[in-house]
Amino acid sequence: MEENQAFVNFSEKSSLKIALVGNPNSGKSTLFNALTGLHQKTGNFPGVTVDKKTGFAKLNATVTADFVDLPGTYSLYPKSLDESVTFEVLCNPANKDHPDITIIVADASNLKRNLFLVSQIIDLKIPVILALNMIDLVEKEGDTIDTARLSERLGVRVIAVSARKKEGIEEIKQALLQPLPVPQYDFIDLRKIAGDTIDKIRAVIHLNSDFAAFHSIHNLPEIHYLDDKPEKKAKMEAILKAAAHDTNKLQSLESVERYKVINRIVAECVFEKTEVKSETFTHKLDGILTHRIYGYAIFLIILFFIFQTIFFLAKFPMEWIEGLFVIISQWATNSLPAGEFTNLLVNGIIAGLSGVVVFVPQIALLFAFIAILEDTGYMARVSFIMDKMMRRFGLNGRSVIPLVSGVACAVPAIMSTRTISSWKERIITIMVTPLMSCSARLPVYTLLISLVVPQSKAEGFFNYQGLILMCLYLIGFIAAISAAFVFKIILKAKEKSYFIMELPVYRSPQWKTVTRVMFDKVKVFLFDAGKIIVAISVILWFLSSHAPGNRMETIEKKYTSTEMTLKYSDAERNVKISSEKLEASYAGILGKSLEPAIAPLGFDWKIGIALVTSFAAREVFVGTMATIYSADNKDNSQTVRDKMQNEINTKTNLPTFTMAVSVSLLIFYAFAMQCMSTLAVVYRETKSWKWPALQFLFMGTLAYFSSFIVYHILK
Amino acid sequence: MNKKKTLKKLSQLKIGESGTIDSFTDKEMSLKLLEMGCTPGETVTLDRIAPMGDPIAIKVSGYLLSLRKEEASTVIVSILNNN
Repeated sequence: MEENQAFVNFSEKSSLKIALVGNPNSGKSTLFNALTGLHQKTGNFPGVTVDKKTGFAKLNATVTADFVDLPGTYSLYPKSLDESVTFEVLCNPANKDHPDITIIVADASNLKRNLFLVSQIIDLKIPVILALNMIDLVEKEGDTIDTARLSERLGVRVIAVSARKKEGIEEIKQALLQPLPVPQYDFIDLRKIAGDTIDKIRAVIHLNSDFAAFHSIHNLPEIHYLDDKPEKKAKMEAILKAAAHDTNKLQSLESVERYKVINRIVAECVFEKTEVKSETFTHKLDGILTHRIYGYAIFLIILFFIFQTIFFLAKFPMEWIEGLFVIISQWATNSLPAGEFTNLLVNGIIAGLSGVVVFVPQIALLFAFIAILEDTGYMARVSFIMDKMMRRFGLNGRSVIPLVSGVACAVPAIMSTRTISSWKERIITIMVTPLMSCSARLPVYTLLISLVVPQSKAEGFFNYQGLILMCLYLIGFIAAISAAFVFKIILKAKEKSYFIMELPVYRSPQWKTVTRVMFDKVKVFLFDAGKIIVAISVILWFLSSHAPGNRMETIEKKYTSTEMTLKYSDAERNVKISSEKLEASYAGILGKSLEPAIAPLGFDWKIGIALVTSFAAREVFVGTMATIYSADNKDNSQTVRDKMQNEINTKTNLPTFTMAVSVSLLIFYAFAMQCMSTLAVVYRETKSWKWPALQFLFMGTLAYFSSFIVYHILK
Repeated sequence: MNKKKTLKKLSQLKIGESGTIDSFTDKEMSLKLLEMGCTPGETVTLDRIAPMGDPIAIKVSGYLLSLRKEEASTVIVSILNNN
């Protein structure tokens, strides 16, 4: 602090800014939940894909505290995005989230390693409170921690808490209102390590700690508090260039020095009862869960259960949602005046919203499972037993869950890749997951397979339709794995990939955390990806319902003539009108202009139109085919099938949907990226249009050439 | 101090075998390991090996840490042979 005083007191302020920092698995999020209750918001730190949770709580009648939950990190070294965000918030007083007080959350049952981050933050000389979490676990072991001594040695206030049991929460809130000691002395002498560089830097810019100066030796280009002071930055660059430090060596010396001090403090403050610990429970459970047979068997059962749930259980709420939107659009059609606006509202916006909300059950269910797996500590074991297998393909042990979930739906699957800490492995997982055959492809597959194998022929155990379906799923999986392998070779890693990971002790899941995760993920999807999906849906609506000039009116007029009304029933005429309108629309024109490009795959312009419209969602293919072929019942795929079956190519006088065309189309649907929702989510998860664009191109190219080859082999 | 001291790689430990960290052979890897509490002089015990032989899990600084064999091979541990 500038005044160089021993205490700071914020109790005069009406609103306090508080940041929570701590190691992963330190119970930081649980403490955050306990402090803020339901007053929470989830977002992103500006410009990066790092989750940012904020919340508030009333400390007393007049003072409100605004909390920000910073990403879990083991240190402040600028090695990853998470750490850079944490450092930036804590060190840059101009940062929007820069706190008045920082609460450091440390796992008391794993104090030594947790004190490492604690010591770095204390060295920033900012007002802190150390929340010694999971103190109940320590007591259960019969161990004791002398918190008074710890507080004295660290020079900060220490409060023992158990966030899970909600013990110590009030004490923290009260402590925020009282005068806080500001760390005065340096934990380690950084001048011994970096020499006079620290003084030189501090002469150029006002920093309130040696550690902030030391940190800039490692990380000058990334330091944002210098953004508006280029001349100072230049001076600092000159100092660092002259000093020519080996920054790796500095960091290594710093770590060793810190642990030397930490070891002394732990020896003074922690009293262990016995050497034998009840973590034998974790040890015993690991014996089963990472066993070479049981381990994989249990994981397979869990995967199967997750898959069944999101595939079959989610179906019911999804049908209710769709039903609800049908009612809403019927109501809107009937009660609003017919016209362009109602048309836009019903077929553009409401249809788009329906397409967004329908994903909610799958997202909620998948994230409930993932939250349980993470919260219990099991997810780290999944990584442990799957790492070797997945590594070969540039993937991570944690890629297994997204890939398997991709069979239900790529949207929640891609959202679940955030648990993959390596940037490269995460991007690869995101890129290849949509190749897994999702449930939206199923109606398309079913329709097309029934054209290839007319009856559901069964010979012994074989059901040919089922066999083809299984092959399609297999092809999707092989394509995903192979594409991952290719990406592994061509993608350049931003950072070195490590597998150095903590295996936390097993704990029972907390239902509050689980529901929070579900709620947050659903919200993020609805508001972030939802906007893009509704926008694209409106564009698609426009393309398929509008035509240049007055073509639409001409079609309407043609069918209102007495000749037509006598010839066809009202229902028949409506079907014919929609069919002709779709053909005349911009989507129809687009489909027709696609014909030269897709003819080598065996596709005609009618399929071209379906390719355009099914970009909204793959299953739209069936509805579009029904409209184009004037099938009178859109929901009945049997009639669509018959129409398609009987369709004769006018040029060749042969059936349009030959074996070659159908299989080619099947392959195309297996590989092509025809899902705006997935693209919207990839954009949201990578914060860049580069990745969804690349994904669209690579999957499209793969689909095109595979279909081309298949068509020409079978023709 | 007559006890024999053997140096080997962390990746070569047997399950249940302990040693103290002596040194690192990869500078960059050592930074990450130091941060996680694997400092020279610290005792490490091999807790288990993943079913496919890789990665491994070690006990260090009072917690369980998993790392790949390739990463563990950059850590030199010294083992005190009592017999």
